[in-house]
Amino acid sequence: MAEVTNHDLTELLSARFGEKITNVQEPYGLLTIETTKDVITEVLRFLKEDGQANFNFLTDITAVHYPEKKHGIAVVYHLHSMVKRIRIRVKVFIDQHQPTIPTATSLWKGANWMERETYDLFGVKFEGHPDLRRILNMDDLGVHPMLKQYPLEDPNRVDKKDEYFGR
Amino acid sequence: MNNQPVYTDNDPQSELVTLNLGPTHPATHGVFQNVIQLDGERIVSGVSTIGYIHRAFEKIAEHRPFYQITPLTDRLNYCSSPINNMGWHMTVEKLLNIKMPKRVDYLRVIIMELARISDHIICNTIIAQDTGATTTFLYLFQYREHIYEIYEEICGARLTTNIGRIGGFERDFNDIAFAKINKFLKEFPVALREFESLLNRNRIFIDRTAGVACVTPEDALSYGWTGPLLRATGVDYDVRVSEPYASYEDFDFEVPVGTSGDIYDRYLVRNEEMWQSVSIIEQAMEKLKHEPAGIFHADVPEFYLPAKEEVYNNMEALIYHFKIVMGEIDAPKAEVYHAVEGGNGELGFYLINDGGRTPYRLHFRRPSFINYQMFAPMSKGMLLSDAIINMSSMNIIAGELDA
Repeated sequence: MAEVTNHDLTELLSARFGEKITNVQEPYGLLTIETTKDVITEVLRFLKEDGQANFNFLTDITAVHYPEKKHGIAVVYHLHSMVKRIRIRVKVFIDQHQPTIPTATSLWKGANWMERETYDLFGVKFEGHPDLRRILNMDDLGVHPMLKQYPLEDPNRVDKKDEYFGR
Repeated sequence: MNNQPVYTDNDPQSELVTLNLGPTHPATHGVFQNVIQLDGERIVSGVSTIGYIHRAFEKIAEHRPFYQITPLTDRLNYCSSPINNMGWHMTVEKLLNIKMPKRVDYLRVIIMELARISDHIICNTIIAQDTGATTTFLYLFQYREHIYEIYEEICGARLTTNIGRIGGFERDFNDIAFAKINKFLKEFPVALREFESLLNRNRIFIDRTAGVACVTPEDALSYGWTGPLLRATGVDYDVRVSEPYASYEDFDFEVPVGTSGDIYDRYLVRNEEMWQSVSIIEQAMEKLKHEPAGIFHADVPEFYLPAKEEVYNNMEALIYHFKIVMGEIDAPKAEVYHAVEGGNGELGFYLINDGGRTPYRLHFRRPSFINYQMFAPMSKGMLLSDAIINMSSMNIIAGELDA
């Protein structure tokens, strides 16, 4: 089985999706790309089904919240090609006021709970998900607790403020 | 598959019974619930509910410096806490580009393999227990106790261990610890062989497990299964081999795989992995003899917590101690994913650091959470008693499931 490198994958994706693939990086050797939500399903499908890439395994789906950015929620997919022994990270930045993105459950059954968890913690609505309910928190919680506007502790506590420690 | 609950409405014409299995039920291995519908003893549908012990670890981690996250990790899969501890430490070391001395790597391998044995002992003996074989459960379980004594000798704790530090171990293994490891290596194989001879060809055990809850490799991959569950279906995937960490590439071991993906294969795969782990520990003990003694951490004073005696008597050490504990270390702004082979699958840490005192985001890829998803769909059509054994064979740890 021919080895496939990060460079090969980048070229492959760029040839197929052109400018939809942006911000290609390799932190600690793990190829990381950004794309947009209108093509994310095709990108994932391509990565899964293309003979050269062969990312047969969905390792994880999660999200990150950047409140200061316009598109403040990054949905992060970690894929793994067990055949080629290579991983890839795909990020999609979406509007935090309308956090919607197509579901990946049509490609991997395991995406179901991962997306439910991301919905529960970040409020990302996965369109087409068969059963998008909260999974870890109770149904009537009312907030999506991993968003940065929900602090862990009482914000009025003074003993934890950096300024009192010269920071 | 449709996972929606189907509740009966006490219709006298209906022959289905709704059964709440859990949240606290002796057969559920932790606090989680399955609402199942039974037609006689056969399961018609089921829905899993988790989150009863959800402790918001990811949120807490965003508010803690790297060192103080360690106690969160060993409360994930508490049956093999050291693997979780070290997985986290190795993630931070990857972020900080710290290279470990070989001796530390070998010590880590010893501890992680002991943890794997401990994890598999629990799982396999519980499968036996759920088929009615209490003797085997009690017999092999005492060796988990021996492993806990080794942990205790090294770090003072037994279950939630906090073994290790970023950059190595807190202290070197003493002679008693090595003696206990040697004793374990001598005694455990005898017990394991006996355990196997009690069960492997036991007619009742085979009847209850062989051909039950078979999973195809395609389904296992699609559901994101890893670890012994995936390997029992015949997929040869082990993080220790595919992306070696802690010098696993120096060791000679095999990755056992099954053929049919049923409960019996999962049991056999775990047993074989215990043999492989014993062999790995023996190799590591041998390799340690060729390494200079007394090295138990990397030479990185800016990241590695100084020894307590130093902190009390040396100003520099005190300053470093404070800086490290308060999280004021110079970590690059970056994101890193690091995976280790946990007792029940790929345990991944996805860490984003923005240069602050705490991680900007930390996500745990918990194998129990991802593996358990398949339980309700695969239970359809199964006998209730088989589903119970199936649950034991999936090695679901509630702490890791909810995180």
